[in-house]
Amino acid sequence: MKRVIERPTPPSPISVSVPRRDGIAKVTGSAQFAVDVVVPGMAHAKILRSPYAHARIRSIDVTAARAHPGVIAVVTADDLPDVILRYGHALADHPMIATGKVRFAGEPIVGVVAEDAATADEALRLIELDMEPLPAVTTVEAALADDAPVIHEEAAEQRPHRGFEEDISKTAANVCSHSRQHYGDVDAGFAAAALVIEGEFRYPMCYAYAMEPYTTVASWNQGQLTVWSSAQHPYMVRDDLARCFGLPLSSVRVVVPYVGGGYGSKSYTKIEPLTAALALRAGRPVRLALVADEAILTTRGDSARVRVKSAFDAEGHLLARKAEVLLNTGAYAENSPLVARKAANRLSGPYRIPAVDVTCDAVYTNTAPASSFRGFGAPQVVLAGESQMDEAAERLGLDPLEIRRRNVLKPGERPWPKVRGIDADLGADMELAAIELDWDAPAEPGRGKAICISASDAGSEPVTTAVLRVHADGSATVMCGSTEMGQGSNTVLAQIGAGEMGIPLERVHLNQSDTGMVSYDRSTGASRTTTLMGLAIRDAARDVKAQLVGWAQDAIAKDGAEVVEEHEGVRVGGTFHDWGAVVRAWFAGAGGECIGRGYVRKAGATEAMPPFWEVGCVGVDLTVDEQTGRIQIHKLVTIGDVGCAINPQLAEAQDVGAAIMGLGMATREELVYTADGNLLNGNLFDYRVPRASDIPPLATVLVERGDGVGVYGAKGGGEGALNPVAAAIANAVFRATGARLRQAPFTPERVWRALQERDAAAS
Amino acid sequence: MHEIIEVGLTVNGRPHELRIEPRETLGEVLRDRLALTGLKVSCDSQVCGACTVLVDGLAVSACTYLAVDADGRSVRTVEGLAVDGRLTPLQQAFIDHAAFQCAFCTSGMLMTATALLEENPAPTREEVVTGLEGNLCRCTGYAPIVDAVLAAAAATAEATA
Repeated sequence: MKRVIERPTPPSPISVSVPRRDGIAKVTGSAQFAVDVVVPGMAHAKILRSPYAHARIRSIDVTAARAHPGVIAVVTADDLPDVILRYGHALADHPMIATGKVRFAGEPIVGVVAEDAATADEALRLIELDMEPLPAVTTVEAALADDAPVIHEEAAEQRPHRGFEEDISKTAANVCSHSRQHYGDVDAGFAAAALVIEGEFRYPMCYAYAMEPYTTVASWNQGQLTVWSSAQHPYMVRDDLARCFGLPLSSVRVVVPYVGGGYGSKSYTKIEPLTAALALRAGRPVRLALVADEAILTTRGDSARVRVKSAFDAEGHLLARKAEVLLNTGAYAENSPLVARKAANRLSGPYRIPAVDVTCDAVYTNTAPASSFRGFGAPQVVLAGESQMDEAAERLGLDPLEIRRRNVLKPGERPWPKVRGIDADLGADMELAAIELDWDAPAEPGRGKAICISASDAGSEPVTTAVLRVHADGSATVMCGSTEMGQGSNTVLAQIGAGEMGIPLERVHLNQSDTGMVSYDRSTGASRTTTLMGLAIRDAARDVKAQLVGWAQDAIAKDGAEVVEEHEGVRVGGTFHDWGAVVRAWFAGAGGECIGRGYVRKAGATEAMPPFWEVGCVGVDLTVDEQTGRIQIHKLVTIGDVGCAINPQLAEAQDVGAAIMGLGMATREELVYTADGNLLNGNLFDYRVPRASDIPPLATVLVERGDGVGVYGAKGGGEGALNPVAAAIANAVFRATGARLRQAPFTPERVWRALQERDAAAS
Repeated sequence: MHEIIEVGLTVNGRPHELRIEPRETLGEVLRDRLALTGLKVSCDSQVCGACTVLVDGLAVSACTYLAVDADGRSVRTVEGLAVDGRLTPLQQAFIDHAAFQCAFCTSGMLMTATALLEENPAPTREEVVTGLEGNLCRCTGYAPIVDAVLAAAAATAEATA
């Protein structure tokens, strides 16, 4: 079924790859990031971090540090009795600075504020810590053992922004949250099965490495707090700051300049509360700019152990799936309760499975806190689910594409009860990938191809507003709380505003991400901005145009002449008046403006959850060097099923970037902890992300079926192409070699070991 | 009290006499003393290339290059590329090819590529990939960056033909 994509009357900037609006600023070095913000009187902070993964703080001697020339303030938890130290949008379990004990190596213990960063660094070395090391756990197995040390002795307050409704109270000492996806009669499904595939898979602990490390500048003025920060969700940060410092929301202003990469790692609150506390005690504006070695200890992605079994009938139809997923969530909850919820959901598709029982526990360990990371919940489990589809195909003598054809959800079909039917045609997407891979060509020995798919309940919650101001010269300003972190929202949202208003793109300006100046948006993540903020801007445009038509009636058509709305303005008695002329006429002067509002909430088109499905479809063609275990990818195919590409060049760029990030995690990236909780490769030398020479030949196909809930049928992109990459590589390696990979990343050593196991099994 | 040293360096064609501490990096001097904030410090350990500037035409990591070592030398930063608001072919190609997203790497990427093209005005794709090996980008997947450098080389060749 193909829907016609309704777009504004041409000339329209929709579906046009207009150049990025931040382009000139970004190629001339004038684009401002948080680290470029300078506030008069600003001092600089450095943080003393715990050398221990788990330890009680006996005492902290800061006398010498306080006396060091150039030091303005030295702050420990004891210096902040007037501040609520624990923050967190899901669970308020995360102290901004260690209080009583530390739970991971790298946890902030003391903050030093000085005239410059080098002086603050000197003072850090003058601080004496007296700490009592405690037994530490770094793996989910160790954390769930009967005699495991307890990481959080007290229950934390559940907070309303966790992104789902279920209670997440603890089920065991070190369990942060427990989620379950359960429907249908699972036992009956397994009882009827002709084939049961069972296995364990592991997905690594990864570091997003947004190249801009976390950076915050905080400034207090007469009880009002202003924070400039590298945050994806300024309004979420505002909420945490207001709670920690006992302020009304209106007294906290969070400003986000250009963000130097997010990928989820800058979702929610990070160093903002601590920086604000340091500024409070210093009595000066304070900048806290982390370096990458500190950022790597601030947030990472959850690693996963997935035990799953899937039941199939003799024709390869899925009958049931049962799984237990454990996430290594690190020392604090951050967004991991939602990662766990999503992991449980995202192992339940993208197929028609009559009965599912998936549990997912986010487990506390003495490692750096895990949180959102691009696609979260999906990459961790898609490796397992998609590997089992190929295993079943192999056992049943089916083509891997054919077994997927028999099970994939059809457009509109619900993967589980009471959710939005899937707004994508993954079956058709797979066929496009097959064409790109020349799927039916005879297999060359030693060469393997695979196609894997995923479906994520994306978009977060629809709590989004926009303001659109039409000025007296007919130009317009869109004010919105969405963040520009490289994804191109600055360009795409302006395109939507201009297209809806009929105003030339160069006369539309976007103001973003300043909670003191622009209206509320819940978050910039889960691929939601083009879809949900796009709808809010469309509604704001409709609202402002309706007002302007009324104004034309009042001020221009005084004799009762008919006012006809046209795309760029109104026609009254045969005379055209652009929107600016209507504004001027209504105010009977040269100035004034008309203000339109758009609200998107859980109602109408965005009532059903999720707001949209983000699907992924990835194909690979590879060979494996049997001597070294090195994988060489000859082609990486992504199908970008985005509904409508408002800016095709930027939509494609999201797909490619996501796929390469997935490639890094599938083949190289993994944070490695020692048993006592020290990060072995916590720097960019040892944690190796993809480089220019690692990029395989790419093919990206954008698919526009107009099937999303967003403007012109748009829906989210930017994560889908990441999610199936590891699974596609694992399945292609199996097809090339007969060796099954179950633990990412698939380093040459792991591949080589799998090849040895294959040979051992055969002999 | 920290020792103070006088250094003289030319930055984007303009001479500067500065009194600095020996421990100051070139990146700190450019960003904090000369307000040339286009260069960005990411890894702070000479791995990522985001802080790349040119010293006497050679690409260096300003995060670890001591400013005293630039004494008497000529430094070029991203701010010195466009002249009178006219972008270089390389800058224009970066825009045309969407060769950046967040752009935290872009200043360094542009400077490395500028040095590369000055040394080798007609590189092959492989030579561009090798030349950019020391510059990380986490957003784009590199392919558009390589395309942009090749397009800039072609545009320059066409303009000077």
